[in-house]
Amino acid sequence: MYIYDHYDQQLVNERVRQFRRQTERYLDGALNDDQFRPLRLQNGLYIQRVAPMLRIAIPYGLLSSTQLRKLATICRHYDKGYGHFTTRQNLQLNWPELEDVPDILAELATVQMHAIQTSGNCIRNVTSDQFAGIAPDEVVDPRPYCELIRQWSTFHPEFAYLPRKFKIAVNGAKSDRAAIAVHDIGVQLDRNAQGEVVCQIWVGGGLGRTPVIGTLIRDQLPERHLLGYLEAILRVYNMLGRRDNKYKARIKILVKALGAEEFTRLVEAQWNGLRDGAITLTREEIERVQGFFTPPAYAALADRSAELAALAARQPAFGRWLEHNVMPHKQPGYAAVTLSLKRTGIAPGDLDDWQMEAVADLADRFSFGELRVSHEQNLILADVRQSELEQLWQQLEALHLATPNIGTLNDIICCPGGDFCSLANAKSIPIAEAIQRRFDDIEQLYALGRIDLNISGCMNACGHHHVGHIGILGVDKKGAEYYQISLGGSAGEGEEAALGDVMGPSFSQQQIPDVIEKIVKVYVEQRTTGEKFIDTYRRVGLEPFKEQVYGPASH
Amino acid sequence: MAQPVIKHRALCQDQWQLLRDGDAVPAQGQLIVSLECWQTQRQALLERGSPLGIWLGCDQPPELIAADLPHFALIAIHFPTFTDGRGYSYARLLRDHYRYAGELRALGDIGLDQIYFLGRCGFDSLVLPESLDPDSALAAFDDFTAPYQGASDDPQPLFRRHQRG
Repeated sequence: MYIYDHYDQQLVNERVRQFRRQTERYLDGALNDDQFRPLRLQNGLYIQRVAPMLRIAIPYGLLSSTQLRKLATICRHYDKGYGHFTTRQNLQLNWPELEDVPDILAELATVQMHAIQTSGNCIRNVTSDQFAGIAPDEVVDPRPYCELIRQWSTFHPEFAYLPRKFKIAVNGAKSDRAAIAVHDIGVQLDRNAQGEVVCQIWVGGGLGRTPVIGTLIRDQLPERHLLGYLEAILRVYNMLGRRDNKYKARIKILVKALGAEEFTRLVEAQWNGLRDGAITLTREEIERVQGFFTPPAYAALADRSAELAALAARQPAFGRWLEHNVMPHKQPGYAAVTLSLKRTGIAPGDLDDWQMEAVADLADRFSFGELRVSHEQNLILADVRQSELEQLWQQLEALHLATPNIGTLNDIICCPGGDFCSLANAKSIPIAEAIQRRFDDIEQLYALGRIDLNISGCMNACGHHHVGHIGILGVDKKGAEYYQISLGGSAGEGEEAALGDVMGPSFSQQQIPDVIEKIVKVYVEQRTTGEKFIDTYRRVGLEPFKEQVYGPASH
Repeated sequence: MAQPVIKHRALCQDQWQLLRDGDAVPAQGQLIVSLECWQTQRQALLERGSPLGIWLGCDQPPELIAADLPHFALIAIHFPTFTDGRGYSYARLLRDHYRYAGELRALGDIGLDQIYFLGRCGFDSLVLPESLDPDSALAAFDDFTAPYQGASDDPQPLFRRHQRG
């Protein structure tokens, strides 16, 4: 992974010093709430329902064991002993004291971490594929490009006060595990006929109040022009994005208002001014950054799939985990393991301090000391020997991190919701738990195949409900918490990205498990052999689901 | 009494007088006029003989004055609120695209935490709000020592300025 040099460290240290002064000025009264808000947000600090919330950046989801141990220490000393992994691959602390935040940032800086631009109207932490560098379907490793974007966007002087937040995702595999179609900018990396890296640039996707699938505005962009092209897009957005209404301020609204063609023309005009200038990446710089993401020292191993299958047959519990939580690896003899943070009764994405330390030890023991965070809010040990899977499984079992539910309905993406977040209209964590309890028969879950169930506590859509095969959105109905259900969304990942269709009137919290059960029942009745939920939905449409849930022709 | 100005990283009182829309044009003195004033009284302003400045509102991009740049010794950009960042892009276009080399001044709601960004985007002067301590404001130009990306103060990104690693 990327290791800071003197320049990286200096910038992060200077940010700690700057934020310490900003906090002092606020506490002294030199800055009022309105003046401090944008400054603290650009350091990931929210003032929330019950306490401040601090969002720590995990750039493109990559974490070392040393960093995870530091996060554990911070959770223990400054918080209540746990942290929450988010849908943008970051970590949130729910209970820090405002006065402590400069010290927390100083601690983070000692392990090359920070909270820079994890919130606020600026370019946010860039996200990517959690299986980058190891996926069999990868064409280009996205991590060096993520790091180049991270550096370019960090304290970019022109783009610190954008109309609204700005999220960039990068994918380099055939299957899109980074959900690039629902980001302000999505970058798809590919190789041209000459084997050179080229970029597809998607713009104007996003979730939130007005969900939109992005538009492809540039294809075959040579890698050296990536930053220049991003700068051109950001400049057009910074100058023309709406600032009069925060609900219409995202770039997707600008692209819709101008039309993709006119928007592209403006971007190309800006880019012509930047093209081949100093922002152009040099071969040397691309290779320098790529040098941090070379494969670890893999042993030359034979594939052991057959032995694992035999072991799985003898030990069904191991077999379930092997089938659902272990992913293929491009290096023979290795596998990637997803640690499920979706155990029933635990808020999705939450991890205790002692678990973090134990996981850091496992990363050292089994996976070259590195981990990844997925946007599905799980952790990944990416480079595990197949021969050590059984041993790892036993240790994960003891840590309650081997629940074999990855990719099932119970692997729920869920925002913190009304229990923590002051934006939320409704709670989301208890909804997730009620569904997990209803679907407590693992064999029944497996029989349903892959179903992405995503829950957001409000229309800001941190829980990505629009792109869930089943999406649940918390709404406020005359002061009571209700839930609207949509069907047929998809973030990509081997499927065509799509936004879900709202099913109809919303439901109370108590009704939700029954409603989900009815939806699933329709799928089971309607599916053809081997057909996935999303494919059945796309074939039969919303009607049969509505009929089952609301009763025939009542709508 | 004119507000203090930071110019080329030094505190000074300067000669420029800011004219708001509707203000009468005085016979003498260095004026910073609005875009509307410039567009309606162009000839009279040029005939005054004094150095001329223009100020742009946050919704007045520099392309509106692109053909007139040689007439201006100073261009000011107004920030109605510090969270409206359009002026940063306007400044960069003036410096990098239109090659404007005169004085570029930031006006309006400016706090300590924007000064570093303003400097990087090519502003070489700013009107110091009363609430800001001049020494702190001067120090804020150096909040960060070695930025990653190029900008109008130095177009070379870190990877072109230094051997890294």
